[in-house]
Amino acid sequence: MSLNVLGSLATADGGGFQAPTAGEFYQPLLFDGPFAITRPAVVLLLSVGLIAWWLIASTKEAAIVPGKRQWVTEGAYGFVRNGIARDIIGSKDFLRFVPLLFSMFMLILVNNLFGVIPPIQYPTMSRVGIPVALTLVVYVTYHYIGIKRVGLRAYFKNLVPPGLPGWIKPSIFVLEVITFFVTRPLTLALRLFGNMFAGHILIVLFITGGWYMLTSGGILLPAAGAVTWIFGFVMTLFELLVEFLQAYVFTLLTALYIAGAVADEH
Amino acid sequence: MTGNIAILGYGLSAIGPGIGVGLIFAAYINGVARQPEARGMLQPIAFLGMAITEALAIFGIALAFVFRG
Repeated sequence: MSLNVLGSLATADGGGFQAPTAGEFYQPLLFDGPFAITRPAVVLLLSVGLIAWWLIASTKEAAIVPGKRQWVTEGAYGFVRNGIARDIIGSKDFLRFVPLLFSMFMLILVNNLFGVIPPIQYPTMSRVGIPVALTLVVYVTYHYIGIKRVGLRAYFKNLVPPGLPGWIKPSIFVLEVITFFVTRPLTLALRLFGNMFAGHILIVLFITGGWYMLTSGGILLPAAGAVTWIFGFVMTLFELLVEFLQAYVFTLLTALYIAGAVADEH
Repeated sequence: MTGNIAILGYGLSAIGPGIGVGLIFAAYINGVARQPEARGMLQPIAFLGMAITEALAIFGIALAFVFRG
């Protein structure tokens, strides 16, 4: 966003500061309505292209002694493979899930980082549909694995941990079904969405609010605005941390859910 | 005074997760301080705990925007 846009945003509707709203995130570029090509769609396509190009380019001439680019790619891959997949799923059958986990991690990480990289500055995951789509993949994957491994009846039977007294089983069963089919996907999608959404709106609030105070005349208010703006930059750095963390947490939870489905006991 | 009570609700919903996340990282730091080589093992557990505890606050902010009117 250019500063002119910021200024007009801050002083829209005549006097008074307009705090940023959820409407901020709907930015159609082409067309309008449900089939509009919006900014997140373009950013998402860009990220996919960028990841594909980077992964191919950095591993095309893979050497035993890695170059700089290969080192970065291998670092990210090793982090997901050893730090997440192998530790959580276990060394027996983690390897077939590494492609899924690595794709998830890279896609979320790059899209989240786009939230603070200057010319783009739009966290794709702040549109709830995109985390929901990713979660749907995870949701189908872990249920499919679990049901394929033991069959539908046993899958539901295994939801209740063994060794419980009989009278408590029905209520635990209901709780576990809610956990597996409602809470898990809901929290997985909402966590990513909520963090990106809240973080971005916070930065927009600091920057627009700071700009509004800077341009509102007087002495004290612009001084406070300058402090607010500096704090906006600090929040951007904090956002960088959160963005990485959310990509990590999403992949970690995906691995955990898959581990629950492939594990022999509950 | 005007405003939206949903934001107040979000503030309330953030108290619990705030305390919870604090406790988790306190325990994590304690564990690493006592046994630095266990760091790699504790890290995923700590972040998992954080992710699960955080869920309530995330619900809070989502619902605050839902009930904004």
